Amino acid sequence: MSPVLAATASEQAELIVFIVLAPLAVVTALGMVLSRNAVYSALLLVVNFFCLAGFYVLLEAQFVAAVQVIVYAGAIMVLFLFVLMLLGVESHEALRETIKGQRPAAVLLALGLLVAVVAAIFAGVFDAEPTSLAAANEGGNVQAVGRLLFTRYTFAFEIAGVLLVVAAVGALVLGKRQRP
Amino acid sequence: MTADLNATGATRLIWLLPVLPLAGFAVNVLFGQRLRALAGWIATLAVAASFAIAVAALFELLSQPADARTQILRGYEWFVSGDLRVAFDLRWDPLSAVMALVVTGVSSLIHLYSMGYMGHDDRRETFFAWLNLFVASMLVLVLAQNFLVMFLGWEGVGLCSYLLVGFWFNRRLLLVNPLGRLVEGEPDDTREVWAPPAAKKAFLANRIGDVGFLLAMFLIFATTGSLDFDVVFGQAGTLAAGTATAIALLLFFACTGKSAQIPLYVWLPDAMAGPTPVSALIHAATMVTAGVFLVARTHVLFETSGTAQTVVVLVGAGTALLAALIAIGQDDIKKILAYSTVSQLGYMFIGVGLGPIGYAAGMLHLVTHAFFKAQLFLGAGSVMHANDEDTDIKHFGGLRSAMPITFWTTMAAWAAIIGVPLTAGFYSKDQVLAALFEHGGVGRLAWVIGVVTAGLTAFYMSRYVFLTFFGERRWPEGRHPHESPPVMTLPLIVLAVLAVVAGVALTTFTGEGGRFQDFLEPVLGGPTEHESLTAAFWLSAVATLMAAAGGVVAWLLYIRPFDWLALRRRYAGAWRALADRLYVDQVYEFFTVTLGGAFAAFLARTVDQRGIDGAVNGVAELVGDGARSGRRLQSGLVRSYALAVLGGAVLIVAFLVFRP
Amino acid sequence: MRVGPSAYLLLSAVLFAIGVAGVLIRRNAIVVFMCVELMLNAVNLSFITFAKTNGALDGQVLAFFVMVVAAAEVVVGLGILVAIFRKRSSTSVDDVNLLKG
Repeated sequence: MSPVLAATASEQAELIVFIVLAPLAVVTALGMVLSRNAVYSALLLVVNFFCLAGFYVLLEAQFVAAVQVIVYAGAIMVLFLFVLMLLGVESHEALRETIKGQRPAAVLLALGLLVAVVAAIFAGVFDAEPTSLAAANEGGNVQAVGRLLFTRYTFAFEIAGVLLVVAAVGALVLGKRQRP
Repeated sequence: MTADLNATGATRLIWLLPVLPLAGFAVNVLFGQRLRALAGWIATLAVAASFAIAVAALFELLSQPADARTQILRGYEWFVSGDLRVAFDLRWDPLSAVMALVVTGVSSLIHLYSMGYMGHDDRRETFFAWLNLFVASMLVLVLAQNFLVMFLGWEGVGLCSYLLVGFWFNRRLLLVNPLGRLVEGEPDDTREVWAPPAAKKAFLANRIGDVGFLLAMFLIFATTGSLDFDVVFGQAGTLAAGTATAIALLLFFACTGKSAQIPLYVWLPDAMAGPTPVSALIHAATMVTAGVFLVARTHVLFETSGTAQTVVVLVGAGTALLAALIAIGQDDIKKILAYSTVSQLGYMFIGVGLGPIGYAAGMLHLVTHAFFKAQLFLGAGSVMHANDEDTDIKHFGGLRSAMPITFWTTMAAWAAIIGVPLTAGFYSKDQVLAALFEHGGVGRLAWVIGVVTAGLTAFYMSRYVFLTFFGERRWPEGRHPHESPPVMTLPLIVLAVLAVVAGVALTTFTGEGGRFQDFLEPVLGGPTEHESLTAAFWLSAVATLMAAAGGVVAWLLYIRPFDWLALRRRYAGAWRALADRLYVDQVYEFFTVTLGGAFAAFLARTVDQRGIDGAVNGVAELVGDGARSGRRLQSGLVRSYALAVLGGAVLIVAFLVFRP
Repeated sequence: MRVGPSAYLLLSAVLFAIGVAGVLIRRNAIVVFMCVELMLNAVNLSFITFAKTNGALDGQVLAFFVMVVAAAEVVVGLGILVAIFRKRSSTSVDDVNLLKG
């Protein structure tokens, strides 16, 4: 067999999926940031979201994976594309950076942040022993999440509902055209 | 000394002495515009009334036994502060009586004269208001019973001197030599007489002296705890010699300012820019004598310090000589008289600086000088009045036939000042010189100086009268000198008579010692022994001979036909030095005006403008620059702000992760 | 060798950093917004990872709420963007600079 030291078959599978999806996620993210064309950026982001949905499945968060695909990739990105169409796809950004030193500073700081967070990650011990959500996912992930949502996080759930209503109303108001 | 000092009889009215002229001042200030000619009468009557009261109070004093002649009128209490109590108590004793009589008497005559002299001036009511204010201040000075009230009067007369010298502040008196150049090579006599600088100089010189008075008061209060004369003089004997010397010298410094001695005399000749009655009253008879009075009043302090007395005598002698020298070189008749005043004041200070043997002599000279100097000034005013206000002696000559009254009265005063025997000046000057000789030591040196000065005095005064009244007429065309109106000549006559008889009247009434000295003895103390008659005779003879010599030289030069202008040109250097007042003024001006001005300019430009303003503006500019640079942070660009936010976030995260 | 939480966390950090750089570098307002969404998703990933690590589902619930809020935010945000940029021809973020001092 391969010299990969996967303990079980599922772990081996997980490793393969990860090795495929992770670079893809990073590449699409970079592509989204660096692409000249805004629509390309949006589509690349959609692919990124699908990769993330894959990760969520690997991490035994099936409900969230589904929501990711439905809401994020299916609604939010569609919304983005609608707005892109509305505001003119032809508007291309100039290649030259207008603010002096913005690009180097941005890259530097982003790298700095990365370094700091990575240091934090390796300061903590996470890989000690494999964990599983089997116990928590009793009766299926959706049911388990639902259980949590309607007991411990009821208040937040209700507020989230209100938030969505407010957002909808707000979008309505913002989108109104002024009558002369 | 006396058991009961309270005022009795007419003395109770002495508070009216300063109050009446003060009321006259108030009336003329408030209603002068409407009163016009009446203002002069009001002023004169106010002072005459004060004189009458002074005479009445004098008789009240004489009715007391000789050793009980100090009376104090308790007045309004000014303030009490801690241990210090100051009240407007008035002191009536022989010394203040003498001063009050001289002040009010001579003032009355001069007020009368002014009604004629200033009759056409459109601000005459203001003039009389200031004159009255002056008399009131002088009387406060003379009658005060403590140092602070006296200082009030001291400052008051200084203020009035400024007001009166600068009275014609809006007039530029330009006196051009109307004859063109008299002789080739003769300097042009275009003179500008301009009042405000003279007034300022007078006030400032006085003020400098006043610092001495203030410091003396501080010392007195610090060492004796009071400013009342009786308290302070009682303790005078207990003062340390050094303290007494300091106090006495500080007081004398004030006197050099007020009474025009070295070093602060320079204001007096310039003060001739004021109207002639002012010169007569303030700068001859009254204000300038305040210094002599001060020394006499505080004589106990001077006696405690022998050093101070020596200083007074030497300064007085030096001033007398210096002023006499300068007077020889002056062509302006008022300036001649001004320097003469400075010189005679020197004699007075010699007298009162000697101690008990000299006090009465100095005071007697004060009184006689008031008479003859006032007369001389008023006479000069009369001459000016008749000659279109010209003061140049080179333009006079032969005026005795044109103005006989002025001529004869001036001759009387001339006789008095040079010390013709039996005139008032003879008696007083001789007594001063005799006291000097008696005193010995520094007195002998001062005696020599005094005798030489007497000769010089005779010379320049004779020159004055000879060139003005005798000889050929040198007036320009179109001038018709005439005698002055009676309102002006009457005071001239009165003063001339006084100048002649006052000496005899005051000193030889009773045989021994002289009545004037006796009168003042309770206050000033008398000589311990009286000089022998023969010594007195020889001393008088020497002085008189000196005076005669001076007169003869003047006669030789100025009465006989003699080209004194040629003599002037021959000794042009010496003449210039004397005419330019021996350059004292120039030196003072350099140090005060030039250096002071340079220092002020330095402070204004460098310290204030560049330093302080620079600092303040610099701070403002700093803030501005800082703000301007800081402003660039506000670019309005979202991405810059986002960058800053990220920067901060990275710092925080790094801190949390990597903190020790 | 198995995929531990560290790997997911590392990935999340990388995606977040990329998103941050994008916010700062891009000038098109909509692309900037998309980078913000990328950052939110990166954080979601780390939440889910920690949920697995802790053996409880709280992380997933939290990620769920993040998505809800992100949705509301996108709705309103794009509404604002449309309102602002309807009049102009460019969608450049540099044009909203009225706060320039």
